[in-house]
Amino acid sequence: MGRLKAITIKEFWALLRDPKGRMALFIPPLMQMFLFSFAATLEVRNVDIGLLDMSQGAYSQELVEQLSGSSNFRQIEVFHSPAELQQAIEQQQVIAAIVIEQDFDRRLTAGRPADIGVVLDGRRSNAAQIVAGYIMRIASGIGADVRSLDPPETVRVINWFNPNLTYVWYNLPSLIVMLGAITSIAVTSQSVSREREIGSFDQLMVSPLRVHEILLGKMLPPLGVSLFNGLLFWVAAQVIFGVPFTGSFPLFFAALLLYNVALIGVGMFISSLSQTQQQAFLGSFLVSVPIIMLSGFSSPVENMPEWFQLIDHVNPAMYFLPVSQGIFLKAMPASAVFDWMWPVAIIALVTLSAAAWLFRARME
Amino acid sequence: MKGELTRFEPRRLAALIRKESVQILRDPSTLLIAFVLPMLLLAIFGFGISLDANSIRVGLVVQDDSAQATSLAQALRSSPFLDVEEDRTVPALRAKVVADDLRALVVIPQDFGASFDRGRPIPIQVAADGSQPNTANFVAAYVEGVYGSWAQQQGLVPRGAQVGVNTRFWWNPELKSRFFLIPGSIAIVMTMIGTLLTALVVAREWERGTLEAMMATPIGMGEFIASKLIPYFVLGLGSMALCTVLGVAVFGVPLRGSVLALLAISAAFLIPALGLGLFISAATKNQFMASQFALLSGFLPSFLLSGFIFEIGSMPKPIQMVTYLVPARYLIPSLQTVFVAGDSWGLFARDIGMMLLFGAIFFFLAFRATKRSLD
Repeated sequence: MGRLKAITIKEFWALLRDPKGRMALFIPPLMQMFLFSFAATLEVRNVDIGLLDMSQGAYSQELVEQLSGSSNFRQIEVFHSPAELQQAIEQQQVIAAIVIEQDFDRRLTAGRPADIGVVLDGRRSNAAQIVAGYIMRIASGIGADVRSLDPPETVRVINWFNPNLTYVWYNLPSLIVMLGAITSIAVTSQSVSREREIGSFDQLMVSPLRVHEILLGKMLPPLGVSLFNGLLFWVAAQVIFGVPFTGSFPLFFAALLLYNVALIGVGMFISSLSQTQQQAFLGSFLVSVPIIMLSGFSSPVENMPEWFQLIDHVNPAMYFLPVSQGIFLKAMPASAVFDWMWPVAIIALVTLSAAAWLFRARME
Repeated sequence: MKGELTRFEPRRLAALIRKESVQILRDPSTLLIAFVLPMLLLAIFGFGISLDANSIRVGLVVQDDSAQATSLAQALRSSPFLDVEEDRTVPALRAKVVADDLRALVVIPQDFGASFDRGRPIPIQVAADGSQPNTANFVAAYVEGVYGSWAQQQGLVPRGAQVGVNTRFWWNPELKSRFFLIPGSIAIVMTMIGTLLTALVVAREWERGTLEAMMATPIGMGEFIASKLIPYFVLGLGSMALCTVLGVAVFGVPLRGSVLALLAISAAFLIPALGLGLFISAATKNQFMASQFALLSGFLPSFLLSGFIFEIGSMPKPIQMVTYLVPARYLIPSLQTVFVAGDSWGLFARDIGMMLLFGAIFFFLAFRATKRSLD
């Protein structure tokens, strides 16, 4: 026990000793926090759209005014010919352009339905679809004065847990998941490979330390750093970003701990496998990127092809992401947390044993 | 120093490039990043990420047993975008939303059918899981869509003086998100090779002191930097070519523009990417630091701040300003255009100009950092 304590303290010092190293541990996560939480939004606002109005009547004017009044659009570019319109879309000056045909006002005045055309930039198909939705909503309100009665409300939508669909509420709980995947794996993977590259690993081997003590001593400090970062984000999410935390903290902490242990096993495995720091870094990058990208943050897991979802079952972030979001926003109960997290326990067991086995094999 | 900068001897440069190339080919991890990583990233973006419409799991509670309620429930069940699970009461399904098994709940309320007979139909309710805002938006839109076409089929909405909208999505009528994800991931691959790999490799030489040894030889600084960059430039173009072939052959993304344009755009982007990598290595001289900074200033901005997935216009103003400093911001529109739309030299010229400008700035910084550390 005394030996384990000694090497853990030594490893902590090795991590935190020099100011440059400390910076690399804590500054990047903080920068990611600010960049990410504000930049990662699939909302579409402040877009420029174009208009080719061949009708030039009262109703087309009403439509233009409604569009300029919408906070979703920044500017409405007026075109005079289809060629101008085509060029503006091609050069991405506008993401969409509305075409109002000559008979638009005549038809509406006569009480008949009229259509507008909208040309959208299919290169940015996701944003274009959202813009199309905005335009449809505005267009459906035009001509209300010539209709006998307004169409009644058909679908009433409420959003549970996040009534205004604030993106930051989604981003911060997710960020805790991604950050773990970056920090835990990167830091752990450097630990053994650095000593091997410098040559100080041999000294460790001739010390009275037992293999499992070295292994634990190498893993506890990165775990400490990851948990510290995770908790820092947990506080920042509430204090700085105002994300509500509705669930139980002990439950959250337990899940966070389990998740990070699983990742540290992955990091240790890479570290034992690598001969140089560069290989360790590449290895950790090669593993972290899929863990993050396939966690379900960028797009839902169920959008992947079946066989890809099957592969994703070994990804600990895929399980911890709904749990982090759930405990933050939905007061997720222990039973649901358990249902999500037990595979992570198995993953942790597998990665830790694999790391220990490889570490031992490499030492002898 | 000035004399050294301008000294350029082709034979010596060729020898240096050969040495560098041999070094690259000998190190398996470099090849890993140049050829395995692109394939992995492409697979992730091609298969793992999709912003396309897909079936979303929703719960349905029908509290009314009128003919209208039954037929609307049937319409919801047969929608390809919804995967419906039914229950008699709300609480049981709500627990499933909390447990993340369902994304939303649709309730057809009591009195729904009768309200039609009274001529003033009451709305159905959708409670979406707001913890996933994007999906919540989609669910609401899908249910509205199903309701709309159901009501029209039943002849429940007379179409008077209403404005319809006909949409046409140019170049991508089927709205495949792959069309922008694959070109975007090529941008990320080139950032990885240009910035991350260069920063790592050169930082290792600084760390080990082999660079100082090189500096002691009669090699000029210009030759030295060129010898570091040309092999990685070629490697970057090589993996771009690999990505293009895979993107077209495996993922079905069209290449509607010319190969010449693709080559010009990629080559222009590699200049700032390599310059940034050199600058990071000269400024940090430490592999771990270089890797962290390369991730922070290369990989993350190319992913988050380039307009690749997240719209720049929707970001807060200060972050929008930062995006102007990200070279990938200029690469992505051109790359998407050359693949999906075709050649548009006006757009390309603007973007290539910006990328070259950033390249010049990064190279200037890299030169300065290298020189300072030698004095």
